[in-house]
Amino acid sequence: MTLVEEPAAATPEKEIGRARRRKEDARLITGRTTWTDNMVLPGMLHLAIVRSPVAHARITNVDVSAAQQAPGVIAVFTGADLAEEQGSLPCAWPVTPDMVNPGHPSVAVDEVNHVGEAVAVIVGRSKVAAQDAVELVDVDYDLLPVVLDMEEAVKDGADLVHDHTSANTSYHFVFDAGEAGTGADTEQAFADAEVVVSRRLINQRLIPAFMEPRSVVVQPQGDNYTLWSATQIPHILRVMLAMVTGVPEHKLRVIAPDVGGGFGGKITPTPEEVLTLLVARRLGKPIKWTETRSESLMTAHHGRDQIQYIDIAADREGNVKGLRVRLLADMGAYLRLITPGIPALGAFMFPGIYKFPAYRFECDGVFTNKVPTDAYRGAGRPEATFAIERIMDELAVELGMDPLELRRKNWIRAEEFPFTTVAGLQYDSGDYDGATQAALELLGYDELRAEQQRRRESGDPVQLGIGFSTFTEMCGLAPSRVLGSLSFGAGGWESASIRMLPTGKVEVVTGSTPHGQGHETAWSQLVADHLGVPFEDVEVLHGDTAISSKGLDTYGSRSLVVGGTAVVKAAEKVVAKARKIAAHLLEASEDDLEFSGGKFSVRGTPGTGLGIQEIALAIFAAHNYPEGVEPSIDAEATFDPENFSFPHGTHICAMEVDTETGFVKIRKYACVDDVGTIVNPLIVEGQVHGGLAQGIAQALYEEAVYDADGNLTTGTFVDYLVPSAADLPHFDTGNTVHEATSNPIGAKGVGEAGCIASTPAVVNAAIDAVRHLGVSDLRMPLTPERVWRALHEGGDGAGLPPGPDRATAGTIAYGGASTETSSGVSTDASSLGGDR
Amino acid sequence: MTQINVRVDGASYSDDVEPRTLLVHYLREQLGKVGTVVGCDTSNCGACTVHLDGEAVKSCTVFAVQADGSEVTTIEGISSNGTLHPMQKAFHEMHGLQCGFCTPGMIMASIDLVKDNPDPSEDEVREGIEGNLCRCTGYQNIIRAVQQAAGEMSGRTAAADTLGAQS
Repeated sequence: MTLVEEPAAATPEKEIGRARRRKEDARLITGRTTWTDNMVLPGMLHLAIVRSPVAHARITNVDVSAAQQAPGVIAVFTGADLAEEQGSLPCAWPVTPDMVNPGHPSVAVDEVNHVGEAVAVIVGRSKVAAQDAVELVDVDYDLLPVVLDMEEAVKDGADLVHDHTSANTSYHFVFDAGEAGTGADTEQAFADAEVVVSRRLINQRLIPAFMEPRSVVVQPQGDNYTLWSATQIPHILRVMLAMVTGVPEHKLRVIAPDVGGGFGGKITPTPEEVLTLLVARRLGKPIKWTETRSESLMTAHHGRDQIQYIDIAADREGNVKGLRVRLLADMGAYLRLITPGIPALGAFMFPGIYKFPAYRFECDGVFTNKVPTDAYRGAGRPEATFAIERIMDELAVELGMDPLELRRKNWIRAEEFPFTTVAGLQYDSGDYDGATQAALELLGYDELRAEQQRRRESGDPVQLGIGFSTFTEMCGLAPSRVLGSLSFGAGGWESASIRMLPTGKVEVVTGSTPHGQGHETAWSQLVADHLGVPFEDVEVLHGDTAISSKGLDTYGSRSLVVGGTAVVKAAEKVVAKARKIAAHLLEASEDDLEFSGGKFSVRGTPGTGLGIQEIALAIFAAHNYPEGVEPSIDAEATFDPENFSFPHGTHICAMEVDTETGFVKIRKYACVDDVGTIVNPLIVEGQVHGGLAQGIAQALYEEAVYDADGNLTTGTFVDYLVPSAADLPHFDTGNTVHEATSNPIGAKGVGEAGCIASTPAVVNAAIDAVRHLGVSDLRMPLTPERVWRALHEGGDGAGLPPGPDRATAGTIAYGGASTETSSGVSTDASSLGGDR
Repeated sequence: MTQINVRVDGASYSDDVEPRTLLVHYLREQLGKVGTVVGCDTSNCGACTVHLDGEAVKSCTVFAVQADGSEVTTIEGISSNGTLHPMQKAFHEMHGLQCGFCTPGMIMASIDLVKDNPDPSEDEVREGIEGNLCRCTGYQNIIRAVQQAAGEMSGRTAAADTLGAQS
């Protein structure tokens, strides 16, 4: 499908829907960008961090004397030095009232719990001086047992990550539709079912791997501090840093300048932000810290990492009757901002787009000696979508049905919206059939199925498979009341303000802070349409708490849905105020005024009137304005929607599998997404492409691997395989449009769609290619070795006991119930040793 | 410290550098050429790509002393008199960037690619920019941008190509 071109003269006056080239590109393509690491301040010092080389140990001594003597070293601080003032990094999502949070020091004091944890900080005159001195700090570690395998970690008598806790389980979260009143009794549904299919699936640990390494600069001015950070959350960060360090919020200004990617990876207050601020306060000097890529991969949070036990019940005709999900979710060693909430958020998405009468979800958040997990693109929803879309394929096989036919039989039909799911969510709009039909055509489905048949019959060494993923996600996070009911520590509103300047130019301040999503362009389009001013006359300001004091920042595809709506609401207020002034100046009644194309005119006399930009100058002069009206045209608005939005789509992957080498290659990828109203088709398409790349990468390439001692063996871009252009296919993308009903724009959110939907489509396609050769599961990422092993040795290729019955090989205690699983399963790490 | 003499983006510099200083750090920290960025430690990401005597290099794999006597061009030196290089223009028009962090290196690598292959196919672009990682775009629009710029750099237009293919 061709890139959407800017429409010709059809509706030239309308900005919404137009493929505007981005405003932000001008600085980005010329190298005039303000990355945090570009900051140079007079007298600036540099921070480097001494990090633990071991995964679990008691610290018995930290000798910094040699480092202190090193040339160019200004100061060295240990955990003990900063113990009093460093507080604990915040966790804002206690998903259960009795959740165990061991606390999260920014620099270890007595004990380290993952490789890479900060043990001391060095301040040098130059970055090189600070880094050189890292090698001179001598730390004595008394090694403790390393906990890495979640299934081992939850057993009675397991070694503990935190010895002051009684178990490695942080929380046990349950959603039972029967108890919640949103569904029938799940156990009964399974007891009555004619068919039950069960799987143990691994949703492996991933690394967000934003391209810009994290960087923090702090400038103290007396007892005021300005902190620049490559963060997604400047507003939340300010609140959290104030709480953690005691620097009063009103004396702390946080700026997220240009931020080079995030994907959830920059959504959490980090130890390094706290340490840079603490050291700047101690020394009264500007301090910069910028991570190396190895530090980034090792210590910025990871994502995913779930073991999923999923059971589906159905009748022989293929009507689904019940869904049961039990998760082990790896928290890593500590809880960061929303670590425990990710799997809990996913809980509501496991039923996907299907009409399950019964559903039960249980999740244990498990501590291990790894870096904490937190949000990564999609955050909980990709994991859920992967599981449901995989198990639907397995059910189809069990029933001897076409996988698409099974889906069609069970999904919500267009005429059934709004539809309240068994998880209690109300999906507002969509058409799963329509998107699917469009995607089938885009793919050229019939031809590829025919080719698949030919290849099977001829015994071609290269087999072809086709995999589906039909999905929805709860997006536009949002409704504050609902987030509160889920124990989330903050709301989901967003703010915006609009200022008409004397010259008629417009400043838009948004609380939503972009890192590549193109807010400056899309928000300009919204404002240009609503105020009737030229696109070029709008400037969008963001990411600075001194400019936008209120905001909840950017994550969860909420920017346009929530932040964009706040902009629209502010624009409506601006127009309302301008109308009062226009009525006064035109000596007409407000009710008699029409507003069109940026101009107020008395009804019936469209040629005359007063432009909103002219009014801005008039009100600046303030010689003549109505009584009771303040002499300015600006407005602020916040928006807190009543419901989430629910983008959906159908993704289809055609995959070639070389049965002789295990090499897999995407032959064709087609998807049709419904993201509601499209403000800028160019940006929407770009977001889908990027999401697809990351979702496909989970299926085929990426995995954070720890060895048996807890060392991250994928600690550089040599080992952690972020795909290049040569690794990815061409994407054929399209859209259907069913407007969201929860916001006036009708937007649903697009940032995560591609990432959520593509992973199961790719894996289903690979399995479809070789199922007739006896393969019924493949473990991600689908490395050639794994696929080859699955073909030649059975199982999912990951070295586990073969066959679908392996889940009955042993029993472990799980959340009070008993769960079947394999005994003697090797750890994630050791089973992967030879994979790369 | 070792003295080096280099021309960077058309200006001459004479500086003392530590022998271990990488070219990218010399550019960023001593010359303030912060348009070139550092993305990894291992020369995998290509974010720091510049031209050294006309050839694309990852400036994290070159010591500053190795650039002595050479001509370096960075992203800040490819526009002339306020006119964007065709590759910059194409990245903008084709939406070949999102966060923009990889973009300077991607543009510099792509210019070199098109110099060697003035009419690259999609697969040739994919292979040609393999050494530059982008986490945002999924590459598809980058490829379109490189192909568009290739047409412009060799004096062709997309329209002429289409006509040529049809005739």
